[in-house]
Amino acid sequence: MSYQFQFNWLAQYYPEIVKGIGITLQLISIGAVLGIALGIACAWARALGPTWLKPIVAAYVELIRNTPFLIQLFFIFFGLPSLGLQLGELQAANIAMVVNLGAYSCEIIRAGIQSTPKGQFEAGASLAMTPFETFRHVVLVPSLQRIWPALSSQVVIVMLGSSVVSQIAAEDLTFAANFIQSRTFRAFEAYMVSTLIYLVLAILLRQILAVIGGFIFPRRATR
Amino acid sequence: MTEFTLWDILRNLLLATRWTILLSLVSFVGGGLVGLLLLFLRISSRKAVRVFARCYIELFQGTPLLMQLFIAFFGLGLFGIDVPAWLAAGLALILWTAAFLAEIWRGCVEAITKGQWEASASLGMGRLQQMRYVILPQAMKIAVPPTVGFSVQVVKGTALTSIIGFVELSKAGTVVTNATFQPFTVYGLVALIYFALCWPLSKSSQMLERKLNVAHRNH
Repeated sequence: MSYQFQFNWLAQYYPEIVKGIGITLQLISIGAVLGIALGIACAWARALGPTWLKPIVAAYVELIRNTPFLIQLFFIFFGLPSLGLQLGELQAANIAMVVNLGAYSCEIIRAGIQSTPKGQFEAGASLAMTPFETFRHVVLVPSLQRIWPALSSQVVIVMLGSSVVSQIAAEDLTFAANFIQSRTFRAFEAYMVSTLIYLVLAILLRQILAVIGGFIFPRRATR
Repeated sequence: MTEFTLWDILRNLLLATRWTILLSLVSFVGGGLVGLLLLFLRISSRKAVRVFARCYIELFQGTPLLMQLFIAFFGLGLFGIDVPAWLAAGLALILWTAAFLAEIWRGCVEAITKGQWEASASLGMGRLQQMRYVILPQAMKIAVPPTVGFSVQVVKGTALTSIIGFVELSKAGTVVTNATFQPFTVYGLVALIYFALCWPLSKSSQMLERKLNVAHRNH
């Protein structure tokens, strides 16, 4: 192989990369917070909600979980404007990530809620709590604690999946890599560097989520 | 200007769906074979081999599939090979699928109680014999539902190959949109076709899981 690897473009283009990392982190932060919030609401609806709401949420979850993120993104960015809803690329990317993580985290959180011992609900009711109060004060936090590792993995998966938002010209890390390779023709090196950055981000994000988990869920008896 | 009927759009999308299905099958079968090899490395008795397999899995699970596709597409070109999109797509998807399947299967193998290993060792079986006659037959049973479940991820993963120019369902969606200027209809249909492919897989995975739980309830 006579190919010479060159990384001297890094000196010139590192601001693009830093900016890309910033956008990627911004997308996953907003996506994770709102997505998990949506997931909690949907999990409540599917596990404990009114009967009429259950099939609607189930349809949403199944539809999102069985279609590619790329198509969801294209549908929101290119399809919705024909209904009169114009979105910027970052808004579209954010909405797509929230909707996507919402559906996945719904199923994960629902598993946590449904593994709550029945006695917990009865105990809440015997303290004269309404079903919603029982959910909020008794059931929710231990449920989240049980499924936090699975939820963290899903957040990391969504972060890695967010690399496709470059396809609607949201200027994330992948967009930066594409930009650099189009300027320098150093495609392999540009993608190699950004792949390694993604790997580091994924490892860091996992650590951060573990720390956040330890912060939200201080040691407590779960049963 | 040509007018496109809904049938024109749907027909073209369905023609492209064949490639999505073919690529999914190739990735799943190829990924399964490489994944099996990787599983043996991952649970090998030699530490260096185990570490290698763990790094491989970590690398492929910790980086975006899109980046792996780009690297396969542009990286293979460095060896002087003219890389067609289908080759890069197939290769990247096989390696990516292998990493996930190996990790899923490792969980299944480790779920087999230690006594089974010890019992087969006491019968004088070598490690390969243990795997072949004792461990894998039991592990395969619990591995079926998550493996079928992962096939959904493979089908969805093939959508990314449109970005490196492989013409499958997603790429066809983009092409048809550019011709018809009806993104809402086209991407809606594309989503429905993917749903029609993936939903039966998801459902059968769930059903298999339930069936297995019933079988294990009395143990």
